[in-house]
Amino acid sequence: MIEGMPVFQALGGGVLIGLGAILLMLGEGRIAGISGILGGALTGERGDRGWRLAFLLGLGGGGFLASVLGLAAGAERTGYPMVLLLFAGLAVGFGARLGSGCTSGHGVCGCARLSPRSLVATLVFCSAGMLTVAALRMAEVLS
Amino acid sequence: MIGRWLWAAVAGGLFGFGLVLSRMIDPRRVQGFLDLADWDPTLMLVMVSAVSTTMIGYRLVLKRPRPVVEDRFQLPTATAIDGRLAMGAVVFGLGWGLAGYCPGPALTAAVLGFREPLIVLAGVAAGSLLFDLYRRRAGRKPVR
Repeated sequence: MIEGMPVFQALGGGVLIGLGAILLMLGEGRIAGISGILGGALTGERGDRGWRLAFLLGLGGGGFLASVLGLAAGAERTGYPMVLLLFAGLAVGFGARLGSGCTSGHGVCGCARLSPRSLVATLVFCSAGMLTVAALRMAEVLS
Repeated sequence: MIGRWLWAAVAGGLFGFGLVLSRMIDPRRVQGFLDLADWDPTLMLVMVSAVSTTMIGYRLVLKRPRPVVEDRFQLPTATAIDGRLAMGAVVFGLGWGLAGYCPGPALTAAVLGFREPLIVLAGVAAGSLLFDLYRRRAGRKPVR
């Protein structure tokens, strides 16, 4: 474990993530699912792309502002096996499409709506992630 | 038009700021949550906080007849808990655990100039294309 747990940052950050999701519903009537928004921004219908790109630009902008304030210090990891990163991305991209959502769409928005589909998806991807990390430990990629 | 984009941009901004503040752009925190041998509860706190905030906010917002700039709320209509949902979540969880990055934090961290999430995002794009190919092939099968 990394030393110390950022309790207030975690709770405060969670509130901001929630406010972002609420604002997108209030303004646009949309679920804040990043994989869906990203997919639609790249391959969706023309007229439906604007708000998606705006959300993604905001996502980067908000993150950038936080990092200017020094909140991202020490968050970058380096030296992780590149082939694992690439394969991981492949699985994340394919799985999010097949399962119609990721950590934000199912995990935050869907669970907040108490959608049974999202609750199941969240339990399943957390379990699969835990098994994967256990395997990484056995393979001594993580220690 | 500007108003429409502004809502989305501000919503995204809060989301991105929250991801950085809560340390979710650190893949070691994410893998730490998934690591039962040396458990880091940070991600759980973030999820509990984000889900409860959203739950209260959605209740209030969805009482309105329509959103502010659009004419209707677009909520997911699918209800089936089927093999596709489960397999998708298994594959997604595998990738999430493997790198410690999911799409939101990967995008945000890439904007901050982190290198690893760029590779993850290249994989995400390839995985999404692969899904399109798979669906096209799967779509042809039942004809026979």
